[in-house]
Formats: sequence, structure tokens, C-alpha cells
Amino acid sequence: MKRRDFILVPAKAASGMVLYSLVGDLIPIAAQDAVKPHDTVKVPLRFFTAEEARVIQAASERIFPTDDSGPGATEAGVIIYIDRQLAGPYGRDKYRYTKGPWIQSVPEHGYQGKETPQEIYRAGIKLLGGDFAELSPEEQDLRLEGVQETYFFQLLHGHTVEGVFCDPLHGGNIGMVGWRLIGFPGPVMGYRYQIDKYYGKTYSVAPKSLEQILRHPVKGVEDDVE
Amino acid sequence: MKRLKATDVVVIGSGWSGLVMAKEVATRTALNVIVLERGPARNISEYANGMDEINSRRVGLVQNPADQTITHRHSLKDPAAPIRQYGAFRPGTGTGGTSEHWGGISDRYLPDFFVLATHLRDKFGASRMSPDWTVQDWGITYDEFENYYWRAEQMMGISGKAGNLRGKLMEGGNIFEGPRQHEYPTPPLTPTYTMGFFHKAATQLGYHPFPLPAANLSQAYTNPDNVSRPGCVFCGYCPGYGCMIGAKAQPTNTIMPVLNGRNNFLLRNNCWVRKIVHRNGRAEGVVYMDENGEETLQPAEVVVLSAWTPNSVRLLYLSDIGERYDPATGKGTLGKNLTHQVTSGAAGMLVFNERLNLFMGSGAVGYGISDLDGDLKEAVPENILRGGAFLRGAATGEGPAGSFGRVPRGEVPRNWGSAWKKAAINYWDRMGPGVEMRGEHFAYRQNFMDLDPTYTDKWGDPLLRMTLDWTDYEMRQMAFGARIATQLLEVIAQVSGAKLVKGQFGARGAGTFHHYNAASYSTTHIQGGAIMGKSPDHSVVNTWLQHWKMANLFVVGSSSFPQNSSANPTLTIVAVSQRAADGLIDHYLKKPGPLA
Repeated sequence: MKRRDFILVPAKAASGMVLYSLVGDLIPIAAQDAVKPHDTVKVPLRFFTAEEARVIQAASERIFPTDDSGPGATEAGVIIYIDRQLAGPYGRDKYRYTKGPWIQSVPEHGYQGKETPQEIYRAGIKLLGGDFAELSPEEQDLRLEGVQETYFFQLLHGHTVEGVFCDPLHGGNIGMVGWRLIGFPGPVMGYRYQIDKYYGKTYSVAPKSLEQILRHPVKGVEDDVE
Repeated sequence: MKRLKATDVVVIGSGWSGLVMAKEVATRTALNVIVLERGPARNISEYANGMDEINSRRVGLVQNPADQTITHRHSLKDPAAPIRQYGAFRPGTGTGGTSEHWGGISDRYLPDFFVLATHLRDKFGASRMSPDWTVQDWGITYDEFENYYWRAEQMMGISGKAGNLRGKLMEGGNIFEGPRQHEYPTPPLTPTYTMGFFHKAATQLGYHPFPLPAANLSQAYTNPDNVSRPGCVFCGYCPGYGCMIGAKAQPTNTIMPVLNGRNNFLLRNNCWVRKIVHRNGRAEGVVYMDENGEETLQPAEVVVLSAWTPNSVRLLYLSDIGERYDPATGKGTLGKNLTHQVTSGAAGMLVFNERLNLFMGSGAVGYGISDLDGDLKEAVPENILRGGAFLRGAATGEGPAGSFGRVPRGEVPRNWGSAWKKAAINYWDRMGPGVEMRGEHFAYRQNFMDLDPTYTDKWGDPLLRMTLDWTDYEMRQMAFGARIATQLLEVIAQVSGAKLVKGQFGARGAGTFHHYNAASYSTTHIQGGAIMGKSPDHSVVNTWLQHWKMANLFVVGSSSFPQNSSANPTLTIVAVSQRAADGLIDHYLKKPGPLA
């Protein structure tokens, strides 16, 4: 196995329960540190190098920033989500038809490129620049504006939203910060008694994750190994 | 090649069509039935684990395009490209097929739709019909077919309200439907919040809204096979997901309980059929790759081909059964009359002040309007002959990973950063469910399916190639749909206090593309290619879905539909499958040979 790289994420939202599964082994992240409000935890990376992860983390943070409306991509653990998606079958294009010949076609045929999501990200990171994480927010926004019409940006934008609002089992939405932000209750097993009682009214409950509801672990497709 | 012991009936594919055929044969005869399913076993106990947007978006219950996809070109002149990731349609795999993750809307087709070619000629005259239309009559009428609809509705427990009971129009139901002999097995689903506004607006405009018939049960129900299912709980994980309690009728919860444990039935999963073997006009069995990748021959007395429509048509090509359609001469039948339901939506979005709880929902809840379906009673500016079905105003279940981010156009400078984030948080769960049209798609001379000369699947077999584009007529259908849907939204805004923000949202419908768009989801309702009819000169199968050239081969499913309806196809697929089973059991088995 290659040298293991890490990325630092804030521990605050994690309520001590971030688990990271490598091939077969579970590492309770919180056990590494006493969790204090401004602590960070080290998350081992599956695909990105530490330098790459810092670029993507900074870029996703500008897409979905921490601000007075609430937590952003960094606190939600978007980088963990993207790293896992890219390391898994999706990142290696196991869900896409990849036989040639590769041709340019009309927009109605969708993405026809040969590059896998892993390769698109690697090229995108080059576009953003290795120094991206060190820039000021204003400079970062300028660089992002320069790439915002690319397929890479489209993926990054989609993955950032997914990473904020996915079920925590995928590594993002740590502590369900995304769901709390918008008042999504999680995969609740039904609203039979609420469906016609909350007409026009806010239904406000603390969210629950799928694993909390089912009380057993659920595997993300990113953990599939062929 | 491994050669297995012969069986009586082998069925290819375990969606509604395949399992309806298997159930009828296995329960009404002593014959042995083997069903070969390409995908994995599916079970209701796994579906709670599946209530996850990301797993569903990545691959979920859908066929993996990495193994096999479809190529598409807009015309004979264009190069075809493989659809590398599914867009316009999402065919399922595994036990139950696409019917595991469907929405559940279960309306019947209009009576005149079964005789559409005759009807259009009589009503409008040849001068108003395009010379490129290859619309055909089905060879059976609605009246002959009505009892099969009723059997399908009973088996699935459809929740709805009759609008035409034995000729008597019933207030609150769809008064434009064909006459039905029976009220629905279960009452309509509980409406979701915004449906009240849709109902009020539609009524104000003079339309007759009715609750969409739903395979998602409104209450506990036991069907004639003694299979019991509970009522829907509006969990919101519906289209795209299998139902974790079995409230949505799926082959796994509606048919498999009847078949499980029968010693004359066997379902083999992870078995990929590559060819139907035949000699002297008689099918002898099928060749498939088993779960270990071993090539296997399953001999059988009768072969039932019931895969997803393009896959059934492809297997006929790969097996060299039937005469290939040639769009230049119009000769041949295999692959002709490829259609894909014409859909269109409102050019705008409702924005509410209050929360809508769109995460509570069900796949088929909603209202429909059929006032403009079928023949238009007065001329419309779009100059089309027939309108479409308008539907919805309801929540089918909205997860945040897929729905977060919509903001009315022009409100923020760009779709990222702090301003967008704040606006999107504010608008999430406040942008109302839209109104859409589902329209008929007439068959055209130039729209067809054949084999791609270049691209192959994981075994090296040629992919299916679709040649399909919208003509100006379909673009006008979509413009009509967008106009009527937008009018409805305007009145919904008045009665609800919501704000109507005009502009195109998402890629669906008119205005975004001027050609058939394989990259953006519309419906999985692709039909034709092995159509039914009265004559072997114009169709692949007879009305019992028996192949004209091969009496012991039945090609079952919406591959048999000569053109595409405004109503969704699933109920009709179940009904034609039951009729095909009757043909096989009541007629063919008694006297093997051509039934027509």
C-alpha cells in the first residue's frame, strides 16, 4: 500500500464518531484526540495526496462556504466524501461504458470523454494550482471563476453538494450538519401520521442517519471492491 | 458449452412481464418454468438499507452501463455514440427489473389508442397525417382488453377512483377514461400538501382533476393470489428505490411470494442470456453466461422473451430471428416503431413562503388531468391533433443531495459561493412541485432499432442502436405541454399565494434541446421494435405476443406496443403479459402452433 496521506478536518461536528474504513479495518478517528471545540482530526486519504486534498477542500469550501448561514464544506467533511467516491468504483469509472472508439458527439449524448473522475480531478487540481489552498478567498474565487465552465467544476460542484447532504455513512455531512442546516429529517421510515397533519407547517425534528435508524452498519458503494 | 436438462418453459428476464408469465404457467399448469435474470436477487429486506441517495445515484437498482449500454444517433446520416452513463432512461436489473424502482402510476390507455391508425384516418383524414407516421392498430380493442386491465389492477391493488363505471361518469374520477367494469381495488392515496392547490386551480380552469391511479397502496390489501401488502407510509424513497415495506407493487413483493417454494419454478439470478437457439423456425432453448461466466445451454419447449424493451429487441437481432426493418424501403418488421414517451413541463417554478415537506411523498401520488388527452376538441395554436395527460402537483419524495441548489434565475450572480448557498438554503423545500405533460409519441418510418456495427457489450456482442429524433411535430407537442402546464402554474400561484418564477428549470421538455436528448432523464418508457398486430407483414408478434415466424417464442412486454401512449405503460405491460399467458396456456399448450 502506498504511503498513507492524511487530511485534517474539524472535530467539532464529528461528536467523536467519525469512523474511517480502509480495506477491512475500522479506525475510530476520535480516539486519536480528545475532542475539543477547535480540535482537528487526521483522516487517512484513500485517493488524494495531502496536497491535492487541501486544494479540493479549499475549492469546495469556496463553493459551499462556512458563513453566517451555517457550516460549510470543510465542516461537513466534503473532502472525505469526495476522496472516498474517487477511490471507489465510481472514481475508476466502473459505472460507465468505457469501450472505444472514443468520439466527440453532440451534447444530447452526455459526457463522452475518456478521462475517469480520478483523472478529471487530477487535471482540475492542476488548473486550480498547487498553491490554491494558500491563496486568499478572493484569489481562490478568481481561480474558480476561471474554471467554472469546465466539466471538472461541474463534477466538483455536484460532489460538494452531495458531500454536504449525503448520509453520513459516505463520509460527508459529518454530524449531519448539512441536514440540520436545511431541516431534513433523514431517511425516516415513513410519515403516515404526518403526511396530512403538516400541510404548510414546518416539520422539525432532529435528523437521524440511516445507520441510527436501522441500528446496523450500511455499506456505501464507494467501499465496493471488485 | 454446458448443456442443462431441458425444461418446459424458459423465461428471459424477471420484470413484470417475465414473472407474470412464470406465475400464470407455474400456478395453472404442471409445467416446469425456469426464469433467467441477468441481475442479482432482490429482496424486500434489503430495501431499507437502500434508502440512501448516493448509493441510488451511483448505480442503485439500474443496469450498469459498463456492462452494456445502448448507442444512439439522431438520423441515418449521423454517427451513433454509446450512451456512456444513463441519462434519459434508467432500466433496472435484478429480480423484478425496472419494476422494482418504478414510480407506480398505473393508468389505463385510452380506448381509441388501441385503434390509433384507423382512428386518426377516420377522424382527421390522411391529409393531416404525416407521411412518415407508421402508426398501427394493435389488433385488439380496449373492450377485449378491459378484463385484463382489471386483473392487473387487482393483482397490484391499484389505489384510485373510477371515472367511468360501466358507462356512468363518476365525479372525482377520470371521466375521460374508457368504461371500466369495476371500481379500483383500493381508494386513492392521501393527498400531499400542494395537491390541494393543483386541484383548486385545475377545477377553476374547467378541468376535471382526479387522483392518479397508484400501485402504491393507500391501505392494506390482499390480492386474489392471497398476497397481502401494507399501505404506503410516504417515506419519500420511492422512484429509484425498492419499497422497504412492500406497499408499492413490485414483482418481488407481488409475484415472488406466489412462486417461492413451488417445485415447478426456478429463478436463476446472475445469468446473462446471449442468444435464443432455434432450428427450422422453432426455438430450442437459450444460451447464457451463468454466474461463474460459463456458457450454458438451457433447452426448452417454449421460450418467453421478456427483457427491457431494447434488450428484447436486441436479443431477437442477436439470435437472427425475424426480418430486419429497413427504413429506406419500409420492409421488414424487427426494430420498427421505436418510440419514447413525449414529455414536457412548465416553463417556471412556484416559490412558496412556507415549507412544503417535499421529503414526505410517494411515487404515484398526485392529480391528473385528462381533459386535453386524446383528440383535442378544438384547434390549438401548436396545430397538433392530440394533446396529452397533465399531472402532478404532488411530492414524490425529495432528498437533499439531489435537490439542493435550485435558486430562481437571476437572483444570485452564480451558482456557488455564499450568496448562492444562503439563497439555496432558503429555497430548499419551498420550490413547489411542478406540472408536467405526458404525450403520445407516434411511430415514424425513420425511428427504429438495429445492432450497432461498432460498439459491443462486455461479452463482445453488438450493442443495440437506436435511431431516434423528435420531429417538428413532437416539438410542437412539447410547446403545447409547456403552455398548458405554465397556465396551470399561474392559477396555482393565484390560489396558493406562491410566486411563479418564469424560466426553464432543468433540462426536461421543450426549449432546452431541439433534438431527442439521451443525456437527461425523461422516462424509461421506450417501446416498440417487436410490435404486435394482425398481420406478419406489419408486425413481429400476433396479439397473443407469439412470434409470427416462431410459434414457441413469445416476446412479451412493451416491445409489442405499436406506438407510445400519454399514459404510463406499466399497467398495460402487466395486462398484455396476462393476456399472452392466456394465449400460451389456454390455446398454445392445447394445440401447439400459430395462434393467429
